[in-house]
Amino acid sequence: MSAFWSAWITVITLAVILGCAWLLWSTRRSEPHKETTEETLGHAFDGIEEYDNPLPSWWLHMFVATIIFGLLYLAAYPGLGNYKGFLGWTSTGQWEEEMAHAEEVYKPVFAKYAAMSVEDLQSQSEGLKMGQRMFANNCSLCHGATGSGAHGFPNLTDSDWLYGGTPDVIKHTIAAGRTGAMPPWGAVLGEEGVRDVTSYVMSLSGKEADADAAARGEQQFQALCTACHAQDGTGVQALGAPNLTDNVWLYGSTFDKISHTIRTGRSGVMPAHKDLLSDEKIHLITAYVYSLSNK
Amino acid sequence: MIKHETIEKNIGIMILLIILVISGGGLAEIVPLFFSNSTTKPIEGLRTYTALELEGRDIYIREGCNVCHSQQIRPFRAETERYGHYSTANEGVWEHPFLWGSKRTGPDLARVGGRYSDDWHRAHLYDPRDVVPESKMPSYPWLFENKLSGQDTATKMQVLAKMGVPYTEADAAAAREQVEGKTEVDALVAYLQSLGKLHSVYNNKR
Repeated sequence: MSAFWSAWITVITLAVILGCAWLLWSTRRSEPHKETTEETLGHAFDGIEEYDNPLPSWWLHMFVATIIFGLLYLAAYPGLGNYKGFLGWTSTGQWEEEMAHAEEVYKPVFAKYAAMSVEDLQSQSEGLKMGQRMFANNCSLCHGATGSGAHGFPNLTDSDWLYGGTPDVIKHTIAAGRTGAMPPWGAVLGEEGVRDVTSYVMSLSGKEADADAAARGEQQFQALCTACHAQDGTGVQALGAPNLTDNVWLYGSTFDKISHTIRTGRSGVMPAHKDLLSDEKIHLITAYVYSLSNK
Repeated sequence: MIKHETIEKNIGIMILLIILVISGGGLAEIVPLFFSNSTTKPIEGLRTYTALELEGRDIYIREGCNVCHSQQIRPFRAETERYGHYSTANEGVWEHPFLWGSKRTGPDLARVGGRYSDDWHRAHLYDPRDVVPESKMPSYPWLFENKLSGQDTATKMQVLAKMGVPYTEADAAAAREQVEGKTEVDALVAYLQSLGKLHSVYNNKR
């Protein structure tokens, strides 16, 4: 703040406070009665009259006290322009202190768990609990409070993994994020083709499907879908292409849902967390997620 | 000496004295901010909203999102742990009107951009309970049906430019094309994903 504005603030603030004090003092001095009397101001409205008494002392003293408090406050805390106050308090300084204190308290705890492998952490109930809390704060909005997922957001409690369920892969998924890329096939296959492939995909996991349509769909599947979902439909984890034979469905398992997926494609996104969470925290969340399906 | 009777019986003097005392607060607390670097100079690398994000912002205001969601992270560890770096005034110099808010029924959204996927936002806006069962946020299904015409987007940009937001005539000319035909939810999600992502000065790691 420039010297001008600093002076501006200081002068106005003190002028208002001292002005109030002066007003109080000068009206107090000009009061005709120093003690409570029965005398009135001499006017009446609807029979209501007004006494001409001095300010009640409790009220006056409170007013004086607020003025003194205000001046003391302005001496202690930053308020008068560039003057910092004799306590040296700032809001960011307070935050930095809080952070430094937390660092001191929690750093050894995080360091202890960061030195352990995800497998070893499975026996550390405190560490897993920390992971669970951070999961609740950062992951549960999509994956659910218990990690059981939602439509379009994978269930983390089963042993079915889109990208793999080893500690390293889970950690990579959390840190770097994932972007699913199932392209839309509606234009390529046509409506008839979509229905045929849907029938075939349903037959892969043992669902009831029209056999003729499934047979036609298989040919299309072999031509278009195997690059990601593999010839037998078991998927490729390196691509995040789901296994279609295990009856675990991210986007629903009805004929309509599956055909919609084939027709318009899917692109599930897991946001990257490496810029949001420290490595130690990601490590503990990884351990918690790992524990969900490795009990 | 002033008699209190003089002040009480001369409404003109009373008004004058009240204005004097009240304006003291405004002159000392508000006016200097109009001339302070920390409140008038944008943070380094700050970008403006795109046409779609700008429309999304207006939908955010129309639906009253700011009534339940603040966009102001205070400098407390409890907040910065959850939401990221505390908010600073120079992030909001191009916000007209600002949406800092003062009430949190839902979480703060100042840095919500990038935290959830577009799909999540869409599912959540259609019916929050589809993804967060305990949520009490209202559903906004009409956002998925209403289409934007983009008719006023250019004018909005021109008005903001007059208030100092660095939109160019070229931005305004291209605005309609970027917005027309998009659904309201597209615009709102684009806006939400931009929150906290308009510059990259702060480290939001926690």
